[in-house]
Amino acid sequence: MNINLTLVLQSIAMMIFVWFCMKFIWPPLTKALEERRAKIAEGLAASDRAEQELERAKVEAEQIIKEARQQAAGILDQAGQRGNQIIEQAKQEAVSERERQVRAMEAEIMQAQNQARTALQKEAVELSVAGASKVLGREVKAADHEQLLAELIA
Amino acid sequence: MSASEQATNETSAGYIQHHLQNLTFGQHADGSWGIAHGAEEAAAMGFWALHVDTLFWSVLLGVVFIWLFRKAVRQSAEAAAGDAPPPPFLNAIEAIIEFIDNNVRDVFSGSNPLIAPLALTLFVWIFFMNFMDLIPVDWLPWLAHTAGIEYQKVVPTTDVNATMGMAITVFFMIIYYSLKIKGVGGFLAELTMNPINPKTMGIPKLFWPLVMAFNFLLEVVGLLAKPVSLGLRLFGNLYAGELIFILIALVFAAGSGLVADGLQVLFGEHVPAWFLFLAFMTVAATLLLNLRGVLSTRNTLLLVLAEMLLIGGLAFAGGQLMHFVWAAFHLIIVTLQAFIFMMLTVVYLSMAHEHH
Repeated sequence: MNINLTLVLQSIAMMIFVWFCMKFIWPPLTKALEERRAKIAEGLAASDRAEQELERAKVEAEQIIKEARQQAAGILDQAGQRGNQIIEQAKQEAVSERERQVRAMEAEIMQAQNQARTALQKEAVELSVAGASKVLGREVKAADHEQLLAELIA
Repeated sequence: MSASEQATNETSAGYIQHHLQNLTFGQHADGSWGIAHGAEEAAAMGFWALHVDTLFWSVLLGVVFIWLFRKAVRQSAEAAAGDAPPPPFLNAIEAIIEFIDNNVRDVFSGSNPLIAPLALTLFVWIFFMNFMDLIPVDWLPWLAHTAGIEYQKVVPTTDVNATMGMAITVFFMIIYYSLKIKGVGGFLAELTMNPINPKTMGIPKLFWPLVMAFNFLLEVVGLLAKPVSLGLRLFGNLYAGELIFILIALVFAAGSGLVADGLQVLFGEHVPAWFLFLAFMTVAATLLLNLRGVLSTRNTLLLVLAEMLLIGGLAFAGGQLMHFVWAAFHLIIVTLQAFIFMMLTVVYLSMAHEHH
């Protein structure tokens, strides 16, 4: 338990160790700790942000879905109406077509009737001329014939 | 533990003295340089002598400290580069760093890049030096003895030179920073105008020198008490702890001599240290196997009990138990004293930085 040179050398050793620690150990380790802390804080903030983003995206998505639903309903509605319209229109067209065809038919029938009637009249005149010729015993002249026919038809 | 290397000095007193003697290198009375044989020779060497063991162990432990923390620095750089989580070792080191950093921040208000590294070095280094106390007292001296070294004190902090060496370094730092921060005038004012401030007390100018001289006396005593208390507190705690370990070893050695007749039949009067080392390794291996999950706890306890009975009889168990209890208690002292030395250093330097 003698005080001797050991004391001085121990003191020198301590100063060297402290110097080394101050130079090569403390700064890099605290710096690394600080950096990691900053990184973690950044990561947490980013995750917070992402969560908020997600929340917002969810709300947005819901909004979009709602709108889409409304749109779809509107489109369905419209389609229904349009369908009804088309059916209505088709019905009307069919009705008018039928009427048109009926009218055409009637006109045709009328025409055919007239034609038949004319033909019949003509035949009747010819028959009556032939009859008259026979009665008169002579041939009615062709010109008379034509004249007679015209008078009859008129 | 074993007293085998004590064949030369049989008595308890001799055993204790042998354990408390440093390996001293210095000049002999006849003028030649060499290792002192015995306490008288060491004392006769005076100031110009070295405690080789103290210096060896303290520098070795300082290098261990630096090696461990440089390893942490390397791992930290690797973890940062690879963007990997820090490995467990680095986590442990960082926990120490943060512990020191928080304590220094709490106590030290100024900004000085030296304080925190100083605190870290002191804490870890002193902890390592104190921790040498928990290595069973005979092992390393026995190893040294086998290697032909007569004396070996493995706990540097049980050498007053080591603790006072550190305390005096701290003392010079206190003086240096006091002068640097407060200036010569400020430092002198602090020493002379406290605790009785003649200015605020309204003492006539005539008596000021008297009051200031009184103050100076008080303050210088207070100032000098700082390194002395710092160094001697650490030394005293560790020296006492070491002494108790030695006494336990002594009691145990005596006990095993009385009870373990079987061992005496085997080995003669002195149970050799290698046998006790073997015993230690067996118990350690058993406990390790339990931790690895190979042995159940019940079997482990039975096995350890059997081993202890087998090795040294009940006295061995008693000695080991005392050793263990004191070691567990001493572990607190070891850590606490390292912490106190560090904290007081920071506090003293913080006071040196305070401006009045």
